[in-house]
Amino acid sequence: MAEVEIVSVSKAFGRTQALSDLSLTIGNGEFVALLGPTGAGKTTALRLIAGLEQPDKGSIRIDGRDVTGDAPADRDVAFVFQQYSLYPHLTVFENMAFALRAPTRRVPEADIRAKVQEIARLLHIETKLDNKATQLSGGQMQRVAIGRALVRSPSIYLMDEPLSSLDAKLRGELRLELKRIQVDLGATILYVTHDQTEAMTMASRIGVIEGGRLMQIGTPREIYENPVNAHVAARLGQPAINLLPAALFGGAPAGAETIGARTEHLTIARGADGDVSATVKRVEHLGDQSHLHLDVGGRPVVTLADPEAGFGAGDVVSLRLNKPLFFDARGWRVAA
Amino acid sequence: MTSATTAHSVVEPSATTRRFAGSLVILYAIITMIPLVWIMLTAFKSPDDAISYPPKVMFKPSLEGFCNLFTTRSRQTPEFIRSLGPPQGMCDEIARSRNMVVAGPSNYVPRFINSLIIAFGSTVLAVALGTLSAYGFSRFRVPLKDDLLFFILSTRMMPPIAVAIPIYLMYRTVGLSDTRLGMILLYTSVNVSLAVWLLKGFIDEIPREYEEAAMIDGYTRFQAFVKVVLPQATTGIAATAIFCLIFAWNEYAFAVLLTSGNAQTAPPFIPIIIGEGGQDWPAVAAGTTLFLVPIVVFTVLLRKHLLRGITFGAVRK
Repeated sequence: MAEVEIVSVSKAFGRTQALSDLSLTIGNGEFVALLGPTGAGKTTALRLIAGLEQPDKGSIRIDGRDVTGDAPADRDVAFVFQQYSLYPHLTVFENMAFALRAPTRRVPEADIRAKVQEIARLLHIETKLDNKATQLSGGQMQRVAIGRALVRSPSIYLMDEPLSSLDAKLRGELRLELKRIQVDLGATILYVTHDQTEAMTMASRIGVIEGGRLMQIGTPREIYENPVNAHVAARLGQPAINLLPAALFGGAPAGAETIGARTEHLTIARGADGDVSATVKRVEHLGDQSHLHLDVGGRPVVTLADPEAGFGAGDVVSLRLNKPLFFDARGWRVAA
Repeated sequence: MTSATTAHSVVEPSATTRRFAGSLVILYAIITMIPLVWIMLTAFKSPDDAISYPPKVMFKPSLEGFCNLFTTRSRQTPEFIRSLGPPQGMCDEIARSRNMVVAGPSNYVPRFINSLIIAFGSTVLAVALGTLSAYGFSRFRVPLKDDLLFFILSTRMMPPIAVAIPIYLMYRTVGLSDTRLGMILLYTSVNVSLAVWLLKGFIDEIPREYEEAAMIDGYTRFQAFVKVVLPQATTGIAATAIFCLIFAWNEYAFAVLLTSGNAQTAPPFIPIIIGEGGQDWPAVAAGTTLFLVPIVVFTVLLRKHLLRGITFGAVRK
């Protein structure tokens, strides 16, 4: 394990700027998640570190050594791909042993066997080792894919949405397991995802990436509570943050154009004695809680409500803001 | 009606439809098989039965055709034949019954060996070169890629025989006419365009993540190609090999023009087997029948790849 540094890296594909001036340091043993929408440049960042792409500008250091010009094989990184990660013509064992059997590595066969068994036990796939890779369920395949990387002890594990092709239940299970394994092994991981829950629950730090730029990096709590701009704020929180014109409410600080209100920033009451009145358009019952779709001066607002509160479509309610976030005309944060 | 639906068949065909389709296939198979069966029957006829009219379907089988295929014979007087000892084997006996003696082996075996060497040699070369260039076209940013691919394909747009005369002159100048190497190179150059195009389709279908994963895991690109791409391209390689082999095996026009002795293949040799008083049809048929065997064996060996292969990679894994 080692520290990985990305120093002002830029990369364009044709006329598309995939990454602009990205700088990021992943500390030894740290779990960093890159969070962003499709096409934000997350995967490009991973591929640059792995050496599958060459940066146009900037450099990449692993353990203090500049590896910018090195071939992927010489960088000592492991990669877990989103899909197609297993070789269909090999068994599970052969898939997991593949990296250790690389001609440059010369690992004795007995050591390979022991290592694969150990990792298979860790991932609960020790009974599947003789199966063909194609005879597994989706969850097992993804475990093997992670196992393929874990048999090595590289400087850094690069994971490209490894759980995104699984169903919600499996994703939840593997999320917990992956975090447990990371803590057990003390592994350095750079994890790319568009799933805020994965980022929030696993990462020690989250980097929010948007349009090829790193918007903000910090602990999940910092990112959630102190987003630098509206993009970052919109990435986290379920339901998503409501962005409303500041003019709708009173009391916005100078320069604030937009108010960002999450569920916890909104207090709902029946009647019309709050800051602003709103109409309930629709109620989505989710069991333990309800999504309340409101109409505030023609703007949609979604918030959570206690199902016991008994709101129904057409009800008139009043909203009170409780320390919301303020953003200026260009979306940057304005202090309250 | 409840029936299993899959992505490939929206509605299961009814029993009647299936029986009708089956009959059509069998009928078509019979029609295409008749000439083949006729050749095989002729191989076992005597020369008289082979040219009798109306044609004989029932006849007394004879191996005279195969004997005549593998031997040359000379006519002798009955007195001379009587002066010889007992016949040397079955073919000698048949020859003597027609007042002839076996003079020696015919050229069929050397021609057949030429065919094997040239067809398999050019197939191996065409598939090997085709796989490498298809991989290059599939994976790398090649300047003028589309133009190059079109150029490669355009070599197939005219019948190969259209360039026979220039090739004949070129081969005579460089000393390649009537050599096995010359024929291997010629068939390779005709087949390699087919191989590149077919194999590019197959290799395009193999996700590049597989090689990228291997390269990150410590393999060079070439090692990744051998360990990861080749095993997954076997179906395409097998199908391409069969197409190339069939072309090289059956090729007639170039072979007639460019080979006459040392490097002559079986196709120009078989039709000119002359017997007593003209074409020796049973021998020609016997030569043709044996000539089919290698292709049939090769195709049967690779048949499980062929069915997927001839759909040109359209079937998803």
